[in-house]
Amino acid sequence: MTEFPEIWSYLREGPLLWLTATLVAYLLGDAAYRASGQNPVVNPVLVAMLVLAGVLWATATPYGTYFEGAQFVHFMLGPATVALAGPLYANLHHVRRALLPMAGALIVGSVTAVASALWIASALGVEGATLASLAPKSTTAPVAIGIAEQLGGLPTLTAALVILTGIIGAVVVTPLMNALRITDWRARGFAVGTAAHGIGTARAFQVNETAGAFAGIGMGLNALLTALIAPYVLGLFQ
Amino acid sequence: MILNIAIILGFQLAGEVLARALALPVPGPVIGMALLLAGFLIQPKLAERVLPTSQGILKHLSLLFVPAGVGVISHAEALGQSGPALLAALVGSTVLALAAGALTFVGLARLIGDGGKDSA
Repeated sequence: MTEFPEIWSYLREGPLLWLTATLVAYLLGDAAYRASGQNPVVNPVLVAMLVLAGVLWATATPYGTYFEGAQFVHFMLGPATVALAGPLYANLHHVRRALLPMAGALIVGSVTAVASALWIASALGVEGATLASLAPKSTTAPVAIGIAEQLGGLPTLTAALVILTGIIGAVVVTPLMNALRITDWRARGFAVGTAAHGIGTARAFQVNETAGAFAGIGMGLNALLTALIAPYVLGLFQ
Repeated sequence: MILNIAIILGFQLAGEVLARALALPVPGPVIGMALLLAGFLIQPKLAERVLPTSQGILKHLSLLFVPAGVGVISHAEALGQSGPALLAALVGSTVLALAAGALTFVGLARLIGDGGKDSA
């Protein structure tokens, strides 16, 4: 019989172990999210990240070794971005009816998200690659990572900032909109999709179907617009 | 199923080639998304085909963030130094963007005489 350390040293070098671990950690995160009554603070991605970080730390596994296995999941970010054309197309009749409000809210929301984040961070002394990683944080993850790579940011840092942005947006959107007395579900949804991408969109669908549809459109359009404006806005702060 | 995946990957490939050939500032997959949307508009049968597959991929969108997210531990030092500043930037900009976006939407909807009553 083979000793456990030998099996372990074989497994830890191959993709099978870390691919499986990624899926299991995500399932744990999803179960925790459901058990909490879909509380936006218990985000499945955040839980999975913490579980995996703990496992890597406990087994002294370098991130590079982990990523060799998990890269199969990571690769799907590209096709997922292309697949966003689906909900965008399915909700296109909404776009035609509210074209002007959406165009205005998209431009204002998108520019505010990028510029105010860079302004606050640079005022607090953040610079260089870390600042570049912050610029696309309101965009859906696959696009944000692509933008960060082009801006000279750190894709892994961007991924974490994107997820944190989504969680912040999902938590604050309902009390904030109520405080501003905004009752138009289209406006509430579109704003959260623009500012807080997929996690905000998932939250909007929980609250109201119309809000969810508009959040999906906001997320898709913001992905396109942020990719275009982020290099120029970042240029103002570098 | 395989054909649908090949279609999505094909559009991503076309997007990557275009983005690099024309040195566009937009990531290849985003161009791929725009091309696929154009494809849906030109040929609605393509949308009928591909929509279920795209929904299947997007249903588990959050799973795809995990590997890159775990990488944050390899940047723990950068986060530790700028952590509070980054967190302030995230909270501040998210609140500002939410408010600015929603208020702009409501203001412009009123301007064109659309109070959003049908969807409120």
